[in-house]
Amino acid sequence: MYTQALNTSDGDERHIEDAERATQFQARIDADERIEPNDWMPAAYRKTLTRQISQHAHSEIVGMLPEGNWITRAPSLRRKAALLAKVQDECGHGLYLYAAAETLGSSREELVDAMLGGKAKYSSIFNYPTLTWADIGTIGWLVDGAAIMNQIPLCRCSYGPYARAMIRVCKEESFHQRQGFEIMLTLCRGTAEQKAMAQDALNRWWWPVLMMFGPPDQVSQHSDTSTKWKIKRFSNDELRQKFVDATVPQAQFLGLTFPDPGMKQNEAGNWEYSAIDWEEFKQVLAGNGPCNRDRMAARRKAHDDGAWVREAAMAYAEKRKQRAALQAAE
Amino acid sequence: MATPNIPLWEVFIRSRNGLAHKHVGSLHATDATLALQAARDIYTRRGEGLSIWVVPSNAITASDPSEKGMMFEPAESKIYRHPTFYDVPDEVGHM
Repeated sequence: MYTQALNTSDGDERHIEDAERATQFQARIDADERIEPNDWMPAAYRKTLTRQISQHAHSEIVGMLPEGNWITRAPSLRRKAALLAKVQDECGHGLYLYAAAETLGSSREELVDAMLGGKAKYSSIFNYPTLTWADIGTIGWLVDGAAIMNQIPLCRCSYGPYARAMIRVCKEESFHQRQGFEIMLTLCRGTAEQKAMAQDALNRWWWPVLMMFGPPDQVSQHSDTSTKWKIKRFSNDELRQKFVDATVPQAQFLGLTFPDPGMKQNEAGNWEYSAIDWEEFKQVLAGNGPCNRDRMAARRKAHDDGAWVREAAMAYAEKRKQRAALQAAE
Repeated sequence: MATPNIPLWEVFIRSRNGLAHKHVGSLHATDATLALQAARDIYTRRGEGLSIWVVPSNAITASDPSEKGMMFEPAESKIYRHPTFYDVPDEVGHM
């Protein structure tokens, strides 16, 4: 059950670190048991998951911005309806994930404020601009494709509420990827200019998409404990490789080429790609990507512009409560 | 400025196949009407249900996970509550 109320009323006893409980906890994880909100857990497990799930939620919400940019300019009603539904799904995903994060004891307001205050991060990929309609196809095909690779193992994550949220998300995500691929296919079968537009979008998104899987294994700072706690089941590089291998034949079908002349298939059948520019990734995470400031400004504006709605709804609920109390007293 | 805390609700949905309402997740809303509408938007975008219940989270009383043993152990030892406990000869056929 997703109740933060129960979490906070339990007293401090559950948060005390103790070696015996930590051993029992690890034994439960090793036995593939799910950890539920009111179970004892090490403070570091709670902290890691709060960070990961809330950042995942922020990513879904910020991820609505680059695609929302094209809703009014979608080339047909069919495309517009699909894009609108996709962006709505992203919002839903953000909300499932916030609810899961809240079960660990932080309030929704704290989580959202941490993002708006720039203290919490979101996926670096959403700091790139969507310049043409082909970018919408590429986001669905590759960004959602990469997200699915990352998210499927999370359906078996040790923390119950996160795993359950991911199951819902993954079910819905498949439509996102297919609609993106369909956009690309239509462009690639269209005029030479349309195909060039698709190629240009792939050229711009390919490297940022590969960065979505996170730093290479030897420098990833969160991997070891996350693996021990079964939050993470595959390493960044393993998932990245899986994604590349799945994507190459799809690009070949579209007749597009990757912006990586050094790419080649090795004897094991895996596609080897050239070195990733991690300096760019670091810069985007540090706030210096092409759209970081825009995205934050848009989120803050939406939050501020909605303040009166939240206040009015709270005031209305309060008024109704008082009126009901008065009537009951009569 | 911190945003005021908006109450939490648990959402239960009955799917079209006639099963009982099932917990699907939670959401924040200031009152029951808005909670129902939000539940519709968040949890039934693909025809997942034909009926929604929303319950204020703090109205739910839950069993204590640390008392799991005391609560559920008594049922574990009573294997005679299951049909397979009883021997019925094969000749009798399906029962």
